[in-house]
Amino acid sequence: MTLSPTRIAIYTLLFAFAALYLLPIYVLVVTGMKSFTEVGLDRMWNFPSGLRFDSFQEAFDSLSKNMGNSFRMVIPATIASCFVGSINGYILTKWKFPGSDIFFFFLLFGMFIPYQSILIPLVQTLQHIHLYGSLWGLVLTHIIYGIPITTLIFRNYYAGVPTELVEAAKIDGASIIGIYTRILFPLSLPGFVVVAIWQFTSIWNDFLFASTVTSNPNTQPVTVALNNLAGSYIVQWNVQMAGALIAALPTLLIYVFLGRFFMRGLTAGALRG
Amino acid sequence: MTRVFYEHVTKRFGDVVAVNDLTLEIPDKEFLVLVGPSGCGKSTAIRLLAGLETLTEGDVYIGDRLVNHVPTKDRDIAMVFQSYALYPHMSVVDNMAFGLRMHGTPRDEIRRRVREAAQILGIEDLLKRKPRQLSGGQRQRVALGRAIVREPAVFLFDEPLSNLDAKLRVQTRAELSKLHERLETTFIYVTHDQVEAMTMATRIAVLKDGLLQQVGTPEHLYFRPGNVFVAGFIGSPAMNFFDATVRGEPESFQLDTGPFQLPIPREKAAGLLMYRGKKVVLGVRPESIHDSDFPRSGVIPVQVQAAVDVLELMGNEVLLHLVSDGVSFLARVDQRTKAKPGRKIQVLFDLDEMHAFDADTQQAIPLDKPF
Repeated sequence: MTLSPTRIAIYTLLFAFAALYLLPIYVLVVTGMKSFTEVGLDRMWNFPSGLRFDSFQEAFDSLSKNMGNSFRMVIPATIASCFVGSINGYILTKWKFPGSDIFFFFLLFGMFIPYQSILIPLVQTLQHIHLYGSLWGLVLTHIIYGIPITTLIFRNYYAGVPTELVEAAKIDGASIIGIYTRILFPLSLPGFVVVAIWQFTSIWNDFLFASTVTSNPNTQPVTVALNNLAGSYIVQWNVQMAGALIAALPTLLIYVFLGRFFMRGLTAGALRG
Repeated sequence: MTRVFYEHVTKRFGDVVAVNDLTLEIPDKEFLVLVGPSGCGKSTAIRLLAGLETLTEGDVYIGDRLVNHVPTKDRDIAMVFQSYALYPHMSVVDNMAFGLRMHGTPRDEIRRRVREAAQILGIEDLLKRKPRQLSGGQRQRVALGRAIVREPAVFLFDEPLSNLDAKLRVQTRAELSKLHERLETTFIYVTHDQVEAMTMATRIAVLKDGLLQQVGTPEHLYFRPGNVFVAGFIGSPAMNFFDATVRGEPESFQLDTGPFQLPIPREKAAGLLMYRGKKVVLGVRPESIHDSDFPRSGVIPVQVQAAVDVLELMGNEVLLHLVSDGVSFLARVDQRTKAKPGRKIQVLFDLDEMHAFDADTQQAIPLDKPF
């Protein structure tokens, strides 16, 4: 690979932007390892005096329960919304009914509704069905709010599955459910990978619904708890930063280890050969 | 008795009429080929039979059963698709057994049928493989096997040979014919390739723009095409058509094409009496035009002079693209011909095999006794 001036320029630009993007992470890590006295706006960029993990320990102790809440909320929500999206995508592409295009349009419309505008009806609805304040109420919220995007992804994915496959299964005698379980579901792995990663990340990172639906600090997910970690008068920045890093860890790890599968899933067709 | 009957079947997709008032009866055990150009409605016709599309008008019978509202899986049919549509995540065995499992066939019976079908098709060694590990020809056999094990009342084929290379296609045509004889079941086969139709069918149904043009045995369609479209569709290379006017007295009718005049054989003159002085479409197949150096015995030929435009060597014969005063046509001549591009040549028209069609209705003018 030759090092032409253009190439050097491009790489310099890329490194600059990467560095800019990673600066907050740097500050997070570095601040997390400082003692409280070391923390200061004027010393923001300085390295810590030593590798200390006390702040991390303290943050973890405060947040572990909420981390558990997050997991217990995100995992069922992700699994359920994957299946909902998959079945929706299946019906919309392989069992077109009169008005299915209009139906899909309205389904998609949901994606563009700002979270904020539905908060009050959301609370009222959850109260009505006695799920307000509970993690299950949050799970339900995320499943429903995830319908547009999961349906979209699966619909596009299943559009790539030849309809003749479904027709052959119809002739072979499979029912509408049978075709899904025996033919389409086994071919859906790339779709599930994409949707699962996307939903896990979105739901884990959500703050607005979490803070609206759950009010008890014991039930709140980590995103809200992190916010509450900050004291009213003084903020223990080292603990706060450490906490932020801990809270971000699951999604960060998913990206690092499963990121390539996400990319592959996006471009994968359902069939090879 | 499993006959198939389309009774005034029409299928509309919005404003488009894909199948237009089709009435067609297919007797038991027949190999019927539905043939026609793209968009003629042939695929729609078998999909209506399969239940993959719903009828707009009309009735479809399988056997004596009216199947308009019978779900696909209960129609007792099996279908082979152009792309084979094998289940990619299942092995060959599972692909073949799937339909039987869905219909609740006992396991021993499934095993027996799969083994037998695999034997007939020569795919016993491939049973454990997945579709992506098979060649095109092998996949096609598995698709056939999947249909055979169902032991249906009717087999439907939607252009199954289109994805195979030319050599494999020729081989598979013969195998399909043999399979039909062996299974003694109705085959309804869709293709755009008239060679497949001619070689395999007991009867051919020609479709154009959703309308049935003609139904008959291959010989019938070849020797007595009912209209210009069927005449030009069946037979390769296609029949030559000339705009001609009928001139002269009935005892010595002539067809005036412009560049040349052809005396009509006396036996055929009777059919053209009503067209005296009028325009007709003259049809002469390339195989009825010979190099005058190599005349065919028993033929009373009519000489025509033309210039050679292009020469195509077929090996066993030569295809001459000829032009005479702006009128171009094809001739299949003896391979020993001395014709060369740019040179003029004498050819002989064998008008014993001529066809004439009404210039307005495009329908065939009967010139001979019925076939």
